[in-house]
Amino acid sequence: MTPLLGLFWCDLRLSLRQGGDIGLVLGFFVLAVLMFPFGVGPEPELLGRIAAGIIWVAALLASVMSLDRLFATDYADGGLDLIALSSSPLELVVLAKGAAHWVTTGLPLTLISPVLAIFVDLDPSAIPVLTFGLLIGTPALSLLGAIAGALTLGARRPGILVSLLVLPLYLPVLIFGTGAVEASLAAEGARAHLLLLGAVTLAALPLAPLAAAAALRQALD
Amino acid sequence: MLTRFANPARFMRVSGVVLPWLGGACAGVLGLGLCWSLFIAPPDYQQGESVRIMFIHVPAAMMAQGVYYLIAAASFVALVWRHPLADIAGAAAAPIGAGFTLVCLATGSLWGRPMWGAWWVWDARLTSVLVLFFLYLGYIALVNAFDDPSRGARAGALLALVGIVDLPIIKFSVNWWNTLHQPASILRVGGPSIDISLLLPLFVMAVGFLLLFLWLLILRMRTALNERKARALSLYGQPAPQGEDSDAALPAVRQVWR
Repeated sequence: MTPLLGLFWCDLRLSLRQGGDIGLVLGFFVLAVLMFPFGVGPEPELLGRIAAGIIWVAALLASVMSLDRLFATDYADGGLDLIALSSSPLELVVLAKGAAHWVTTGLPLTLISPVLAIFVDLDPSAIPVLTFGLLIGTPALSLLGAIAGALTLGARRPGILVSLLVLPLYLPVLIFGTGAVEASLAAEGARAHLLLLGAVTLAALPLAPLAAAAALRQALD
Repeated sequence: MLTRFANPARFMRVSGVVLPWLGGACAGVLGLGLCWSLFIAPPDYQQGESVRIMFIHVPAAMMAQGVYYLIAAASFVALVWRHPLADIAGAAAAPIGAGFTLVCLATGSLWGRPMWGAWWVWDARLTSVLVLFFLYLGYIALVNAFDDPSRGARAGALLALVGIVDLPIIKFSVNWWNTLHQPASILRVGGPSIDISLLLPLFVMAVGFLLLFLWLLILRMRTALNERKARALSLYGQPAPQGEDSDAALPAVRQVWR
């Protein structure tokens, strides 16, 4: 357990010390969301109708942007070989790295989303549902992204390839996350959507490390 | 049966014999199916002549789905049993499956224009096929993204398994999304239960498409195996040996496959 915790803290410290990482992801997220009023016009009714979709899609894209630093730097400098040789199961290593990725990507996105929701005129009563949905949905984004990140190690143009691979996998998260906000706005109750969103994350929790670890073993062969 | 064809040389020999017959059967069945569906089958009482697009659209849709399941099965065999031809089969089948999906989407669009007045609607089924198309594209991109083809094939195998596990979840979520965003008019695809006079040519076309897929698959697998041989030749740089006395040559370069 301790080596995995050590890996988690190490990854966390690295991305915090390199400074730019969280800031870049947040900056991209905020910019992507703020592009939409320029694109569709500033009418509050229109923006409020599509606000949940804008924020969720921008969150997906921001997650995808940051996926290549999950395994690629360790793969390039040989650290991944050492990690694979250690006694920790590779699946738990993926979980530890995925958790560190979530803390530096998903969590900041979730925390800044209420502020952005105001910019895109989301009905204030739906902001808690949006934030909670992002909170339980972004871990799934990190986990599914770990699969894609591991599969593309050593590929040509890994960055754009990861986005092509992972966006179809992200669709259920997007559908349930935005559906929750719309259901709460229609006063139908977002419970079903949020439960399904949680189910996707919980299903990804054991399954994604399995797939990502298999992909890592392929890359390290 | 699987282990029988694990030997690439035996696969090449058997497939070389089977391929022309398969091609002939495919041409025959497709020709029969096309004549029957385009000329002999009666027009629909509601949709008129444009129902004939169905005879291309539905078999293409069936093949698009079936080929993805086949790729997933081949990927499973490749990863679990390390069958040497399984990942080649998966990588060879993917562009064909993507082609069928594209045909399905395009013919559906052409059919939808006279039927519903729209080129595209975000119906649950159409959206699922669109997502399937992007799953195919992702698979093809991954397999071709590596300099080493066998690394690409193995990575693709893993992606295909992830995709097949995720496919029911994606379909469920797309259905969910569609029931929430139900359009004002309910679209009826296909109409009432299909009459036997339309069902039979549809069945023939489906068989023809299956034969076409198998023919293309075997052709592509043979090409892939020859490409591997050519790669090995260029990497090791040895000339083809004369006769059986040079045992220093690799077994793979001993004979030229036609």
